[in-house]
Amino acid sequence: MHASASTAVPSAERTAEAARNAKDTRDDRIFGWVLKGCALIVLLALVGAAGSTLWLGSDAFRTFGFGFLTSATWDPSNDQYGALVPVMGTVGTAFIALLFAVPVSFGIALFLTEIAPQWLRGPVSSAIELLAGIPSIIYGMWGLFIFAPFVAEHIKPWLMNNFSADPPDGKVSFLVQHVPGIGKFFSSEYPFFGAGVFTAGLVLAVMIIPFISSVMREVFQTVPTRLKESAYALGSSTWEVVWDIVVPYTRTAVIGGIFLGLGRALGETMAVAFVLGNTFKFSLSFLETGSSIASTIANQFGEAQGLQRSALMALAFLLFVVTFIVLLIARLMLRRLKTREGK
Amino acid sequence: MSASLYTKRRVKNVLAMSFSLLATAIGLFFLAWILWETLSQGLAGLKPQLFTKITAYREEGGLANAMVGSLILNILGIVIATPIGVAAGAWLAEYSMRSKLGPTIRFLNDILLSAPSIVLGLFVYTIVVLPSKYLSGGDITFSGLAGGIALALIALPVIVRTTDEMLRLVPGTIREAALSLGVPQWKLTMQILVRSARSGIITGILLALARISGETAPLLFTAFGNNFMTFNPLDKMPSLPQVIYEYTKDPSPDINVLAWAGAFVLTMFVLALSLVARFVFSRSKVSHD
Repeated sequence: MHASASTAVPSAERTAEAARNAKDTRDDRIFGWVLKGCALIVLLALVGAAGSTLWLGSDAFRTFGFGFLTSATWDPSNDQYGALVPVMGTVGTAFIALLFAVPVSFGIALFLTEIAPQWLRGPVSSAIELLAGIPSIIYGMWGLFIFAPFVAEHIKPWLMNNFSADPPDGKVSFLVQHVPGIGKFFSSEYPFFGAGVFTAGLVLAVMIIPFISSVMREVFQTVPTRLKESAYALGSSTWEVVWDIVVPYTRTAVIGGIFLGLGRALGETMAVAFVLGNTFKFSLSFLETGSSIASTIANQFGEAQGLQRSALMALAFLLFVVTFIVLLIARLMLRRLKTREGK
Repeated sequence: MSASLYTKRRVKNVLAMSFSLLATAIGLFFLAWILWETLSQGLAGLKPQLFTKITAYREEGGLANAMVGSLILNILGIVIATPIGVAAGAWLAEYSMRSKLGPTIRFLNDILLSAPSIVLGLFVYTIVVLPSKYLSGGDITFSGLAGGIALALIALPVIVRTTDEMLRLVPGTIREAALSLGVPQWKLTMQILVRSARSGIITGILLALARISGETAPLLFTAFGNNFMTFNPLDKMPSLPQVIYEYTKDPSPDINVLAWAGAFVLTMFVLALSLVARFVFSRSKVSHD
């Protein structure tokens, strides 16, 4: 037995091991870089979407300046473009959507966390989630063929009779006579035409209810049981527990959920394109037809050339920036709850 | 005095409870209404020619080319988004702990998840469709590939998020056990962690597929649409949602019937996908316990 032989084998093993370790470290580093590169694509997509729309829309921004935001003319035949009408349509539909979706979502979340018996919670929440799964083009079809005629027949005439300065039945209501200016928001040139800002807002409301209610339900469930139990022990009613304990405890996250729904409503395209009417007349009325940023792009981008195309890109940039800010606020508020939970 | 206060509180409570019941009923009512209309109106147009003929024949035609186009576009979208999404999710879950970039990307991914799809479509138009002019040396060419990339951008954040969440659910002891045996981290991630979170990741991919199957807006100016059968991803490509969009706008009632039939097929496909996703997910939960 030679000493050299007995030490040679381990040293060869050691070099092999060192080589393998070096290879593993190198592989690990390359693997990490590849993964990181893929993660950076997310960042690139957002920056790219903002950058490309700004770049191609810069022509319109330069031509019309600040007036692009305040002008209500959208006239492809004279190459004059202003964003006011689409912006108002976007904001108006989103406002109406929230007006209806927030209370309904709150009611659903309340039902699912506090009222419904255990066996009913699963099926009902799955059903509400199904609403989120239906493609937006289906909402659009349903809105155009079914819901808009329904609004024209049953809802709009009633609203106009009660709140409009020029009602179809000719009798100006007590309310309109005594509240100045209210008639302006409920007037319409076509009392029996269903499409409009109001209808689009309602369709959007149905679309965002599942998002808002599922956030509300989730955050309501994070309220510690002992908080609720101690309130019940002091004799609170279910409603008092919800309103005085659950809602204050989850307030930021609830607002985050609402903003999440708002972000969805602002960017929704197909459903709105069908039920908004796509007109470019300036009007304060909710019952009048209008257009939104997304529906304008969907309808006109295919045929647009030159300055019009640039104006549409500029609109897209505005939409992107606004939804980005709204979603940023939503996520920040939702994250605060997570930090409190210790996640 | 106290009795009236008690009554007031009870009344308030009953009112709130009935409002909550009403709200739930409203939500379920709209779901039933939309599904019922899609079902009843769609069944009227459900004929064999829907699946055998192409849209070029208008009233006498079907949606075969749109269905094939949708399938190709969706497959393109998922095939592009899955490796990138899983890799990005794996980076977020396994590698991003020491960097500040991790939480930022996770946050931006959540925003991309709800970003307006029409803006993403315009982005793809700028980076894929417009440059095609220089590559082909001629006109701007809309293509199925551009549509697939647009859909991939929409699927990506869904896959990133579920992969990230599913990997973080894998118990840390598995990582420790593998690392203590001397397994390099890339092998640990690929062969152990991704594998043990497999069904969760598949759920994410299925959900992403359900999401992009219904997307219309970004396809308008990327895939553009076509009335003929095409299998070439560099050609303009029709898709089911886009044909539904055009056929819904059409004044002819016969064409509208086709749109409803298409809507029926699309809705059934999307709902079936989300059901399958839910099934896969519920199984993954069991296997973790």
